[in-house]
Amino acid sequence: MSEVRCVAKLSNPIPAYDEGAESMGKARKKLVKPALSKAEVSKAKAAKKVKKKQTKKTATKKRKPKPKKTAGKAAEEAPKPVLSKAEGKDTPKHATAEEMASKQREISVAEFFTKNRHLLGFDNPRKALLTTIKEGVDNSLDACEEAGILPEVKVIITPAKEDDRFRVTIEDNGPGILKKQIPKIFAKLLYGSKFHRLKMSRGQQGIGISAAGMYGQLTTGKPVSITSRTSRNKPAHYYELEIDTKRNEPRILTDETVDWPVERGTKVDIELEAKYQKGRQSVEEYLEQTAIANPHVLLQFITPDGEIKKYKRASKELPVQTKEIKPHPYGVELGVLIKMLHDTKARTLQSFLHSEFSRVSNSVARSICEKAKLYERARPTRIARQEADNLFKAINQTKIMNPRTDCLSPIGEELILAGLKKQIEADFYTSVTRPPAVYRGNPFQIEAGLAYGGSLPAEGLARLLRYANRVPLLYQQSACAMTKSVLNTAWRNYALSQSAGALPSGPLIIVIHMASVWVPFTSESKEAVAHYPEIIKEVRLALQECGRRLSVFIRRRRKAAESQRKKDYIQQYIPHIAIALREILELSERQETTLVKQLTDVLERSRS
Amino acid sequence: MSMLDTQIKDTAASVRTKIQRKSKPTLAFPLRSLSNVTYHPKQGFFQLKGKKKVRTLTVGTVKTFAQTLRMMSQAKTLVEDDEIMTKREAYYVSKNWEDARFDEQPESDTVIDDIEALFQVNREQLGFIPEEKGGEVAGKLIVIDRDSETKKKLLIDCTKFGSGAYSIPISVEHLKFETKAKFVLAIETAGMFQRLVKHNYWRKANCILVSMGGVPTRACRRFIRRLSDELKLPVYAFVDCDPYGMFNIYRTLKVGSGNAAHINRYFCVPKATFLGVTPQDIIDYKLPTHPLKDVDIKRAKDALKNDPFVQHYKPWQDSIKQLLEMGVRAEQQAFAVHDLNYVIENYLPEKLKATKKFLP
Repeated sequence: MSEVRCVAKLSNPIPAYDEGAESMGKARKKLVKPALSKAEVSKAKAAKKVKKKQTKKTATKKRKPKPKKTAGKAAEEAPKPVLSKAEGKDTPKHATAEEMASKQREISVAEFFTKNRHLLGFDNPRKALLTTIKEGVDNSLDACEEAGILPEVKVIITPAKEDDRFRVTIEDNGPGILKKQIPKIFAKLLYGSKFHRLKMSRGQQGIGISAAGMYGQLTTGKPVSITSRTSRNKPAHYYELEIDTKRNEPRILTDETVDWPVERGTKVDIELEAKYQKGRQSVEEYLEQTAIANPHVLLQFITPDGEIKKYKRASKELPVQTKEIKPHPYGVELGVLIKMLHDTKARTLQSFLHSEFSRVSNSVARSICEKAKLYERARPTRIARQEADNLFKAINQTKIMNPRTDCLSPIGEELILAGLKKQIEADFYTSVTRPPAVYRGNPFQIEAGLAYGGSLPAEGLARLLRYANRVPLLYQQSACAMTKSVLNTAWRNYALSQSAGALPSGPLIIVIHMASVWVPFTSESKEAVAHYPEIIKEVRLALQECGRRLSVFIRRRRKAAESQRKKDYIQQYIPHIAIALREILELSERQETTLVKQLTDVLERSRS
Repeated sequence: MSMLDTQIKDTAASVRTKIQRKSKPTLAFPLRSLSNVTYHPKQGFFQLKGKKKVRTLTVGTVKTFAQTLRMMSQAKTLVEDDEIMTKREAYYVSKNWEDARFDEQPESDTVIDDIEALFQVNREQLGFIPEEKGGEVAGKLIVIDRDSETKKKLLIDCTKFGSGAYSIPISVEHLKFETKAKFVLAIETAGMFQRLVKHNYWRKANCILVSMGGVPTRACRRFIRRLSDELKLPVYAFVDCDPYGMFNIYRTLKVGSGNAAHINRYFCVPKATFLGVTPQDIIDYKLPTHPLKDVDIKRAKDALKNDPFVQHYKPWQDSIKQLLEMGVRAEQQAFAVHDLNYVIENYLPEKLKATKKFLP
């Protein structure tokens, strides 16, 4: 997220910014490196810092990369206006550097996302409603779990006065939020606890709920209301907040203490322009899928028509609390490494490597230094740009143990089954939790589940439910690595039919869950997982295991059906043999009946 | 009759005993195909080698098994009541059998043939009669039949049908014959038969003309056989010059078929010989021809490879090879190219001068 922000600043000329999302995306990719090359990048990420300070730093930074000619557009763009000026006055439309400078100014994250709200999942009114609820519920669940509380979440959608507006209320029984934190959490983008740590959680960036509030404010002009209480002994605080988009700072409209019957928890109200629809990619689908992957959650949903839907709890077990981990050296990029060198409190390079990263013992640290031809007692803050580069290369040449995996909390095979059984009526269920694996130094774990038969539609393609850290992914199915894995699995080996390049067909639901300290989404709206080969492979292995079990079930069922068919067939013709024998041998009817019985015995026995 | 009755009962009883002993009942049928026949010129007909097809009652065969037994029961009733039933009627009777009924007649025909083979009798003895006509006869023959009601002798003079002919009945066992003819000419097509009858060829050649109408029916074969046996008349076959005429028609007439090998002893004419048309005739008489069709070539090669009759006779192998080499076939009526009555005035008389040269 914050990377984007830096880009916006570096490629300062406003036209570039105005080109819109697509070119922004491209520019971002190209510019990530030069941006990162300056250590300030991640400082910008650290939205903790006071704004003014930040501004100063970025201002100084702006000048530096240009003379240095660190590759990239930002550097190239600078000489252009100068050239045009020198070339002649017959092109008066060209602006001077001074003119351009007068237009150049800082863009706040809030401003940026006001224009590019699709990046956060607010493309259209229908999706906006879903995204708002999703962000609210994700936050509630994260908070409850972190505080060790069995989550009870209530989602209410009420129609507002205007036709195309709805009021969304999300209420939880979580730990509540300290009074002083409320404004920033709900009305400042990129503020939160989850970005700076490597820990498995639903939210990652601290942008979701405040973006939802901003969208509401943008489309209806109404503030976000928050009620929160941290314990029975403390008062409930009520806030009405707006976001100052220019400064990306909260503006407090109302701040009072209220009577709230709830003992502890948080309630968010957002009015927004939205469209309520059922079916695919709907709020209901999201809640249903959430219920499958989070069987410990009690969900209640009140639709705009006043219908109450309850998603019951199937387990009273909270997910195991995950541990926060230090970054693994393999997952660190050069820019981040430079920043870490700069910020560390460690006195020597060796202790820096040992203390700031996971899986780096003193001996591993020494061997890294050796490979980088750096003195292991050197001061980390004095490591120059070129030396950091060597260090970076040395890290990747050194064999380092895979990261610890106790930072992951998979749903678990039993609970996936419980979740599926709770929400889906089928004949067969199975689930697999793979051992943890690693991509780019980030530990992750894949789980898969299948439900087959029963009430599921026999015709058509299987339904794929994707989850990342227990959050359902409803959009961009075809862009997701999980989907790719499903398509690449040879389902025909598992007694299902599948046309080339398509999902398998039949009464089947496929569940895939990726748990990771950092899920590599393809965009900020968190809709699809990026195509890392390690992830695709793990998903495939999980699906294959599920598939094998499913095929045993299907084949057994087919065999039973076939055997029943044969039995019926025998029953159909045996009487005729007895009739013929009675006619020829002039037997009595009793003898005929006996023959039927005996013959049935003979054939049944031979069949098995 | 009662012997057949006993045979059916015995078979049914053996099936019942097996069932009572908790083992799977079986029925053993002689295998009805060319691969299960041998040819000896002494006996003069295809004989079963004794390969058997055992039908064990299993899940897969339960339907056919039930149908076979029910059809046996039907045959027993026919035998006991001295009643007859056409194969078509048998098919319709099966419609009473609910699940065990036949969907198409070929299915019931196969079952009847199976039963026939099982008891080594012909289906007429079981009371099942075919729909097919037996063939036609004209010429110097008196057939002695009986009136079915008065039981009085009926003398049927086959010279007195004018441009028509006597029709061979389905069962010929009760017939007696009187004749002064020198030989029997068995003709493939009704067209050629008509021409010979029209010009009273039988009078000129002093013979009996039989129209086979394609592959001779059992009754036709049996009729010619009795003429051959009882009147000691030579039998000459006059058919098209193609593999169908040679092997499907002539060979079946002479030695019987693979499919009905269990009854060949009654239904063949071992003394028959092949007048023509031979491949050599095509050359000698400059007959117009048609190219051999793929099925002809296949049939000819098949005969060379699998037919015990052809394998026994070198002259036949040579003829087939000659025909395949020429790559053509010719029909009986092809003589019309010279003159409509060329066949009467030239071809037949010339051929009959050297009956010893006829193909065996």
